[in-house]
Amino acid sequence: MRKIRILVAKPGLDGHDRGAKVVARAFRDAGFEVVYTGLRQTPDQIAEAALQEDVDVVALSILSGAHNTLLPRTVAALRARGLEDVLVVAGGVIPAADIPGLKAAGIAEVFTPGTPTGAAVEFIRQRVRPA
Amino acid sequence: MSDARDRIAAEQERWHKQTVAPALARFPEQKAEFTTNSGVPVQRLYTPADVSIDYLHDLGFPGEYPFTRGVQPTMYRGRFWTMRQYAGYGTAEESNARYRYLLENGQSGLSVAFDLPTQIGYDSDSPYAEGEVGKVGVAIDTLADMETLLDGIPLDKVSTSMTINAPAAVLLAMYIAVAEKQGVRPSQLAGTIQNDILKEYAARGTYIFPPEPSMRLITDIFAYCAREVPRWNTISISGYHIREAGATAAQEVGFTLANGIAYVEAAIRAGLPVDTFAPQLSFFFNAHNDFFEEVAKFRAARRLWARIMRERFKAQNPKSWMLRFHTQTGGSTLTAQQPMNNIVRVTLQAFAAVCGGTQSLHTNSMDEALALPTEESVRVALRTQQIIAYESGVAGTIDPLAGSYYVEHLTSEIERQAQAYIAKIDEMGGAVRAIERGFMQREIQEAAYQYQRQVESGERVIVGVNRFQVEEPPPTNLLTVDPAVQEAQQRKLADVKARRDQAAVDRALAGLRAAAAGTDNLMPPILAAVKAYATLQEICDVLRDVFGEYQPTEEL
Repeated sequence: MRKIRILVAKPGLDGHDRGAKVVARAFRDAGFEVVYTGLRQTPDQIAEAALQEDVDVVALSILSGAHNTLLPRTVAALRARGLEDVLVVAGGVIPAADIPGLKAAGIAEVFTPGTPTGAAVEFIRQRVRPA
Repeated sequence: MSDARDRIAAEQERWHKQTVAPALARFPEQKAEFTTNSGVPVQRLYTPADVSIDYLHDLGFPGEYPFTRGVQPTMYRGRFWTMRQYAGYGTAEESNARYRYLLENGQSGLSVAFDLPTQIGYDSDSPYAEGEVGKVGVAIDTLADMETLLDGIPLDKVSTSMTINAPAAVLLAMYIAVAEKQGVRPSQLAGTIQNDILKEYAARGTYIFPPEPSMRLITDIFAYCAREVPRWNTISISGYHIREAGATAAQEVGFTLANGIAYVEAAIRAGLPVDTFAPQLSFFFNAHNDFFEEVAKFRAARRLWARIMRERFKAQNPKSWMLRFHTQTGGSTLTAQQPMNNIVRVTLQAFAAVCGGTQSLHTNSMDEALALPTEESVRVALRTQQIIAYESGVAGTIDPLAGSYYVEHLTSEIERQAQAYIAKIDEMGGAVRAIERGFMQREIQEAAYQYQRQVESGERVIVGVNRFQVEEPPPTNLLTVDPAVQEAQQRKLADVKARRDQAAVDRALAGLRAAAAGTDNLMPPILAAVKAYATLQEICDVLRDVFGEYQPTEEL
């Protein structure tokens, strides 16, 4: 069975990548194949990378407060490329009040500060490879 | 002395057998090994036998080499540290109101937060700015925004710190231009620009240009300010973000001072004698939770920098030897869970910064793991500093923890570890090469990952996160930035562009282009462009065109 492939991406101009990198390593240690985009990716660049890399999951890390703009646009860019089944999750400083709106826009789950990386790994396993 | 040390060591041996061992047999200690937050081994007890310092050589007196005990002769007995809260969001009008609020509440200096487009040289109408305008700081597109931001603030009386790096020259030029309109001369201005590009590559991410032209911009600022703006701190060499990204305390000191060495070397290569610019260098450190380790870190950094400047660079002016620094409490230590607990964390961290002899301090607000801080939580953070200053008694004597066997031992240990990092970076050809090769980034990432694993295994306890949790409702009363800010800012920009003298802008930008392609100091043409109301992005685009853009190497 092929490994779960995941794109870890930093949308927007935010330079805080500690979380993205720690999570990327945790995903790798959990047996996923991980591609990291680096900083300053536009929604279209992220969607294009997801297409090229043929990933199952896109994990978006954002702490700049631009999530309400950039996360729905990233989902739309993915869907516009026919990537209907790619699971999209997000992590970062995202106020609880914004989460319902993000979920309605197609973000499957939002992991906020203090979440153990294991919880994100487990969520992804359950959703990508339901038992 | 060595006789006394031997006697103490022998007595300690006896104490262990006679008193400790039986106690351990009944009550084992909580763990086999104790370490500081950064992993430095910690013994059960420290005695004079563990401290191998020569008082006059290694500690000395405040205001004198090697400045271990502080950079000023009287420290806080003369004047408290500057209470400087980093603030800014939304429009220049809103931020101006926040600054006035803070000054009215007893803050003693300003600290300007810019939004990400401003920090990366994009105007508010750039496609890259979409969703980011006014979010993590204030949006500044032209001199007109800066005029609004500083309206009614007397620039000859207030010192201002600006967290701006790649486009630091542009924002400094705008500040100088606003001051001139207030009738304040550049020589009267006091403040700081961060202007530390190396840590942007290594940890913070708001770079624009490649290293070589970036270093030129920085040394041009050194040269210009030495002549024209002598009270300005031309750089704030920052360990803060390196630590936030995951580094240990010793890495924070080692990498920051290695970056400092790179700036000094670049300026000397550009023909500046060391004592002309070194007194205007300043530093910026983090304060995390391990109180004693943090105090030791500040002391170690001061001693090490003094020795580097005097011995390695042969600086003669004592001001060139002094490591003056700003401290901010550790944003990454704050928890989204039970946010009130963060007030206690910030108090510990701020107290460490003061015991470590900081020149200025930002205390984080309790709600920063959730959103931008509200006015109320910023006030509590400022009050924390005021309570330390006025009620704790810490300001009464200088460097109060000196002589603690533990603190002196840790000071020497952090200095030793930091020195080892600097030696390793020197071997690689200096900080610029070490960053290009990804060395600092890998070290930081590794430390961040180990930290996270310790938290998840429960080996490292974070109160409210992996122990002592409670069910809590989602927090309310968070500050949000109105999405209308972006449109308002774009309208204001369009208006400035319509009203300015376009021919003058074109001339100024052509002058800048010529200077960038040649070797003239870039500050005068940038100042001319700013005064003609050229936008931040127009100026940065000229430089992008001539200099190119930095391409990071990402690895995991």
